Amino acid sequence: MIEASGLTKRYGSTLAVNNLSFSVAAGKVTGFLGPNGAGKSTTMRMMLGLDNPTSGTVRIGGKLYHELKEPLRTVGALLDAKWVHPNRSARAHLQWMARSNRIPASRVDEVLDTVGLTSVAGKRAGGFSLGMSQRLGIAAALLGDPEVLLFDEPVNGLDPEGILWIRKFMQRLAVEGRTVFVSSHLLSEMALTATDLVVIGKGQLISQATTEEFVARAAENTVKVRSPQLPALRAQLVSASAQVTDAGEALIVSGMDSDKIGELAASAGVVLHELSPQTGSLEQAFMQITGDSVEYHTGLDAAVQQTAAAR
Amino acid sequence: MTLLAVERIKLFTTRSPWWCALIAIVLTAGFAALMASSAPAGETLSIANTQSGHQFGIAVIMVLAALSITTEYRFGTIRTTFQAVPHRGSALIAKAVVVALLSLVIGEIGAFGAWGLGYAIRPSDSLLLNSSAAWINVAGVGVVFAFAAIIAVAVGTLIRHSAGALSLLLIYVLAVENLVQLIPSIGRKIHEWMPFNVAERFLTTAGGRGPGGEASDAVLSQGGSLAYFAGVAVVLMAIAIGVAKKRDA
Repeated sequence: MIEASGLTKRYGSTLAVNNLSFSVAAGKVTGFLGPNGAGKSTTMRMMLGLDNPTSGTVRIGGKLYHELKEPLRTVGALLDAKWVHPNRSARAHLQWMARSNRIPASRVDEVLDTVGLTSVAGKRAGGFSLGMSQRLGIAAALLGDPEVLLFDEPVNGLDPEGILWIRKFMQRLAVEGRTVFVSSHLLSEMALTATDLVVIGKGQLISQATTEEFVARAAENTVKVRSPQLPALRAQLVSASAQVTDAGEALIVSGMDSDKIGELAASAGVVLHELSPQTGSLEQAFMQITGDSVEYHTGLDAAVQQTAAAR
Repeated sequence: MTLLAVERIKLFTTRSPWWCALIAIVLTAGFAALMASSAPAGETLSIANTQSGHQFGIAVIMVLAALSITTEYRFGTIRTTFQAVPHRGSALIAKAVVVALLSLVIGEIGAFGAWGLGYAIRPSDSLLLNSSAAWINVAGVGVVFAFAAIIAVAVGTLIRHSAGALSLLLIYVLAVENLVQLIPSIGRKIHEWMPFNVAERFLTTAGGRGPGGEASDAVLSQGGSLAYFAGVAVVLMAIAIGVAKKRDA
C-alpha cells in the first residue's frame, strides 16, 4: 500500500534521509524503527506531502499524496498529538477536519466515542493530558475511515495503560485489513506490536524484514547445554568446530544448532541435562545493527573505559 | 465553498478573533463618540471626523488577520490543514477570503456605528449621508479593512511567527508610512504611493481632509486608489502562496 522509492531529503549539508526505498503491506502492523534522529519523522512528513523530498517519491495506493482526492479518507495520520489549537475544543478540531474532506459531521462523534473522549469533547484541547491529546490525534487519524494509517511515536510518554490501549488498537486496525505504519525508537514496543519491520539508521535503510527474521538474523543464536560430562561434550563440540564458551555449570555453544548438538551428544554417549536455544532480544539485535549509525553518540562508552583504565 | 466553511469553523472556534472583532468595533465607533462629545459647540463635526477611529480599528484587524495564520504555524495546525487540503494555495486563499469578509463586516459595523454615534451626539451638525463621497467615507471603511486583512494574512504566512509578523505590521501601519515623509526631497513622493496612505485617499474625496484632519497627498483617483490598495494586497498574497507552496510545512 505504501511504496517509497529512492526517497532523499537534504537540509543544507545534512542528509536526513538518503535514498530510502521500502514498501508497507496492508493488513499488518509495520514498525518503522530507528534511533532518534534517524529520519523517521522526516520520512513520515514526506509521505504526507508536508515536506518536499529532494528526490524520490512515496506512493500511497499508487498515488502521490497530493493526487489523493479528499486525502483524509485514504490516509489518516498522527504525527504530533500537540498539533491542535489549545483554545479550540476537541470536537471543533475534528469538525473542521471533517468538513475539509466532506466527511459527515456525525462521524466526529463516532470517532470521539471510539477513543473515549466523548465526555471531554467540548473542553479546550490545550487542557488535555498527553494521553488525552494522543487519543484526540488518533480520533483525527480515524476520521475519514482511512485504509492507511501512519503513527509517529504514538506511545511516547504514555502510561502503561495507554500503551496497552494503543498497541491493541493498532493491531485491531491491521486485522480490519488496513495498512498500519508505526514509527518508534522503542524496540521492545515494536516487538510486541509489529509483525514487519522497516529499520533505518542515519536516514538509510538497514533492513526490511519480519520482526522474527530481523531478530533471528541479527542476534547471534546460541545454545545452552548442561551435562554431568561437560569436558567430554566440550571436546566433541570443539572437534566439530563449534565455538564454545564456559558459563559455570553450562556451556554456551554458538555456530551449531540444538539438533546437531543433541545428535553429537547421543553419538558420543554423553548425558544431557539441558539443551536450550537462546534467542537474542530485539534490543540486542537493534543495538548490534544500528550501533554504528546512531546520529548522536553520547561518549558514554569512552568515559566508562577511561574510568576503568584509571583504576 | 467547503474550504470557506473550514476556515470559518477554524476562525470562530477560538477566542482571539471574537476579542479582536469587539475591540476593532469599539475603537472605530467609540472614537467618534469621543470626538463628538469633546468637540467645542461652535465647530461642526464632519463625517470624516466621525471616521477617525478606523485608524486604530485597522491595526486591530491586522492583528486578527495575522494571528489567524501565525497561530496555525505556532500550534502546528497548518500541517493538519495541508494534510487535509494538499493544495496549499486553495487553503490559504480560503483563509484570506474568510478573514477579509469578517473584516468587511467588522469595518461596516464600526463605521456606521461611528457615524450613528456622531449623528446622535451632534444632531445639529448635518452628518447626513447625502452624497456618494459621504457614503464612501463611511461604507468604504469595511472595504479597506478587508484588503488590510489580506495584507496581514499574507505577511503572517510569510513570517510565520506571531510576534515578528505583528510588530512588522503595526510598526509599518502606525509609523513607517508617516516617517517616510521625513526623507529629504523624495520622502513626500514616496509617501504618495504608500498603500495605506493611498487607502486613506480612497476614503476621503479629492481635495478632502483625511480622518485625522490632514490632507491625504496621494495622487490616484478615488477608484484608482482602491484598485491600487487591493492590488498590493493581492500581489502580497500571491507571493505568500508561492512561498508557502515551496516551503516545507
